[in-house]
Amino acid sequence: MAKRIDVSGLNAYYGAHKAIDDISMTVEPRSVTAFIGPSGCGKSTFLRTLNRMHEVTPGGRVEGKVMLDDENLYGPGVDPVSVRRTVGMVFQRPNPFPTMSIFDNVAAGVRLNGGRVRKDELDGIVEKSLKGANLWNEVKDRLNKPGAGLSGGQQQRLCIARAIAVEPQVLLMDEPCSALDPISTLAIEDLIGELKERFTIVIVTHNMQQAARVSDRTAFFNLAGVGQPGKLVEIDDTERIFSNPSVQATEDYISGRFG
Amino acid sequence: MDITPATAAPPPLGAAPAPAGQKATTRPGDRIFLALSRGSGILLLVIMAAIAVFLTVRATNALSHNEGNFFTTFEWSANSTPPVFGIAVLAFGTVVSSLIAMLIAVPVAIGIALFISHYAPRKLSTPLSYVIDLLAAVPSIVYGLWGALFLVPHLGGLYSWLNDYFGWTGIFEYHDGAARSLFTIGILLAIMILPIVTSVSREVFLQAPKMHEEAALALGATRWEVIRMSVLPFGRSGVISASMLGLGRALGETMAVATVLSPSFEIGKSLLDPGGGTFAQNIASSFKESGEIGKDALIASGLVLFVLTLLVNGAARLIIARRKEYTA
Amino acid sequence: MSGVTMNEQLVADGAPQAVSGLYQPRLPRWAPAALALGAAVVAIAIGLGAGLGSRVQWGLLAGVLYVAATFVVAARVEGRRQAKDRLATSLVWVCFLIAVVPLVSLMWETIARGIKVLDGNFLSHSMAGVLTIQPGGGVYHAIIGTLEQVGIATVIAAPIGLLTAIYLVEYGRGRLAKAVTFFVDVMTGIPSIVAGLFVLSFWILMMDNGYSGFAGSMALAILMMPVVVRSTEEMLKLVPNELREASLALGVPKWRTILKVVLPTAIGGIATGVMLAVARIAGESAPIVLLVFGSQLINNNPFEGAQSSLPYYIYEQWAAGNEASYDRAWAAALVLIAFVMILNLVARGIARWKAPRGGRS
Repeated sequence: MAKRIDVSGLNAYYGAHKAIDDISMTVEPRSVTAFIGPSGCGKSTFLRTLNRMHEVTPGGRVEGKVMLDDENLYGPGVDPVSVRRTVGMVFQRPNPFPTMSIFDNVAAGVRLNGGRVRKDELDGIVEKSLKGANLWNEVKDRLNKPGAGLSGGQQQRLCIARAIAVEPQVLLMDEPCSALDPISTLAIEDLIGELKERFTIVIVTHNMQQAARVSDRTAFFNLAGVGQPGKLVEIDDTERIFSNPSVQATEDYISGRFG
Repeated sequence: MDITPATAAPPPLGAAPAPAGQKATTRPGDRIFLALSRGSGILLLVIMAAIAVFLTVRATNALSHNEGNFFTTFEWSANSTPPVFGIAVLAFGTVVSSLIAMLIAVPVAIGIALFISHYAPRKLSTPLSYVIDLLAAVPSIVYGLWGALFLVPHLGGLYSWLNDYFGWTGIFEYHDGAARSLFTIGILLAIMILPIVTSVSREVFLQAPKMHEEAALALGATRWEVIRMSVLPFGRSGVISASMLGLGRALGETMAVATVLSPSFEIGKSLLDPGGGTFAQNIASSFKESGEIGKDALIASGLVLFVLTLLVNGAARLIIARRKEYTA
Repeated sequence: MSGVTMNEQLVADGAPQAVSGLYQPRLPRWAPAALALGAAVVAIAIGLGAGLGSRVQWGLLAGVLYVAATFVVAARVEGRRQAKDRLATSLVWVCFLIAVVPLVSLMWETIARGIKVLDGNFLSHSMAGVLTIQPGGGVYHAIIGTLEQVGIATVIAAPIGLLTAIYLVEYGRGRLAKAVTFFVDVMTGIPSIVAGLFVLSFWILMMDNGYSGFAGSMALAILMMPVVVRSTEEMLKLVPNELREASLALGVPKWRTILKVVLPTAIGGIATGVMLAVARIAGESAPIVLLVFGSQLINNNPFEGAQSSLPYYIYEQWAAGNEASYDRAWAAALVLIAFVMILNLVARGIARWKAPRGGRS
């Protein structure tokens, strides 16, 4: 299921402005990799280059290679739509489709991809995905109610269920807990721990305790100054980053000396 | 009402002269200003009421002299003695031409609105929406002139073709002659309401929340699927109310219709052959030859048009109001 | 390569599972252009071959061919979902083109035909002593009429509209405000001919006044008021509440706060709204037919006797039905459009220049 991501020499731009500069890293399969760093350092932009969502932003442009196992996401002839099906994404604010029921939200991606799907098959996929997102028990009696009626934490788990329903290889999470209360956050963090059995997970977070709790590896991003592009400072095992980082700036950031 | 100083004094903390915690209306300046602005609001209500009252009074006068049935008579001889007139033909023409306009304009307008909001390159979309807004400002008489002197001569070929292939339906029968028919009016009205329907729909589409579009994209949706999943459901009520606004305009359009249509007081089987009429067109065309009763009869037909547009606009407003509640 | 085979497999089993390949067979970038060209060529060929007289038909035919061909080709090469996506894209483009054709034609015809007799003489003379079948004459009297009627309408409608908007935004609570809001909306939808009939019924038929520019102005004012209210309301709502509170907290009475703080902040937008409303009523002809009656002569007095106006002049010259009068109608249409467009552009210029900052990022 899960695949390795291998990024080399990646630059991303907004129009003429360079947002991230020459990033190379490897993300191991079946692990959680956390991106940390001060605001504006390009970690979210970098995340969005991993499923070609960056180019959706007007003026967004990417140079470099992102290898998913042995296929380059930016290779000639690659279809961005297929890329996004393979690399799922969960956003900062929970965004279930407001006009759809809980069931339809989870089924949305499957319906898009498969054309006609048998009803019982779809039921199975929805149940499996909701269970996978630890949401099944809370919503199984109201699958036909609108998704917008759930609490924020439940909505975010619904979005995770929606993302994993299409069986992606990789799951990208862009600060998935920043809009949630501590209890919902804990639920999501537990879920991430379970999901990494099946998926390669990349998570952007502002919360360093969260990075320390959930991730196996941590990448620290920084920028030289306002208007400068963001750079990858270092990536290493989470334990090492938080105990004994090899770069001074990382230690300063983690110990709260700036950022 | 010289309580101003008395009530302004009580707040003992008041180093500031501001009348904290009391109504601002007690100051003379405030009182005058409020009276003026509230008076203006009331004046608007009075005007609306006056429109309804005066039109009704004159219409009643005409109806009391009418020898025909106001709703079913196929004739407009309001100036003969005794006067005979009915709005059947006008109602038919007004509704049919407006419906044709809607059938043509709404899908095209949705297309253009999507084009501007989601398809066109950014360099194109800004000037384009600007141009659309400008076109909404072109006076209707200019559309009329263009319709009569350019559009009508160019529709003959299309109408002959429609007659050849769809003539058997009856409504697309066409006998050679100037295409100054209800169908032409429908096309012209469609062109006229296109800008307004487009610009309202575009606004709604642009307001569709980005995060839902991104959610669809991240699931691997194509552009059309993104629009279908997150833009159209969000914009549906907005498009409906935009269409209703357009319909209201089409129903009341006067000079463009009066310029292009070759009127007659009968309901023809074919939409392509000249003839028919609309409320507004009939008022403008017959006004100068009308005497007292004739004018009142026209006012009566105008009252019907007034009520019709009120209903359509009211429905549009209701839909907009419902949507506001929904999104808030 | 492997992606292609995977995709083919997928099509073969029709499996609902996600595709693992990232490659989709795509049409080359030039394909839409080539298909469009092909559709146009075929349409023209059919048009010539079948002897279709109307160019409109050629265009329709080309559009249908293009949409159909794109769908079929895309469905074969790229699959059904992509084909639907392309179908939607081409329909949207076709819509855009369908709409552009008449609107461009309208502009083109007006300019090309209007420029013929448009000169200094045309702008500075009336139709006095000119038979409709004769060339010559001009729009001077109509311009005077339009300026006076629109000017008076603005003087009536702008203050009322402005004050009503202030009432709604700054004071409006409760039932009266709700009723006013609702009826302003209703009033926006009144057809101009109905406004004309109203003034006709009470001013001319009941109070027995004659036709005059002023009667027309009243109808135009009725049409203008709701537009001014709406746009002013929007602008006043954009003024941040902090400004009002800051002023009130300094002990400034509410009415002075509105006059000195709120209105100046929003003045650019308000001016824009008023000018757009002026542009809208300047093109109205229906009430003029009923209330101003039309005239060939210069009448500088809007309160007495028939006048003309630009839109009415166009209608009148069109109705005369001969080449000379058509030329004058087009020229007057060009003058009218130029007038309306200049108002629009100036209005939007003001809006840009004085836009309240901070409403948008």
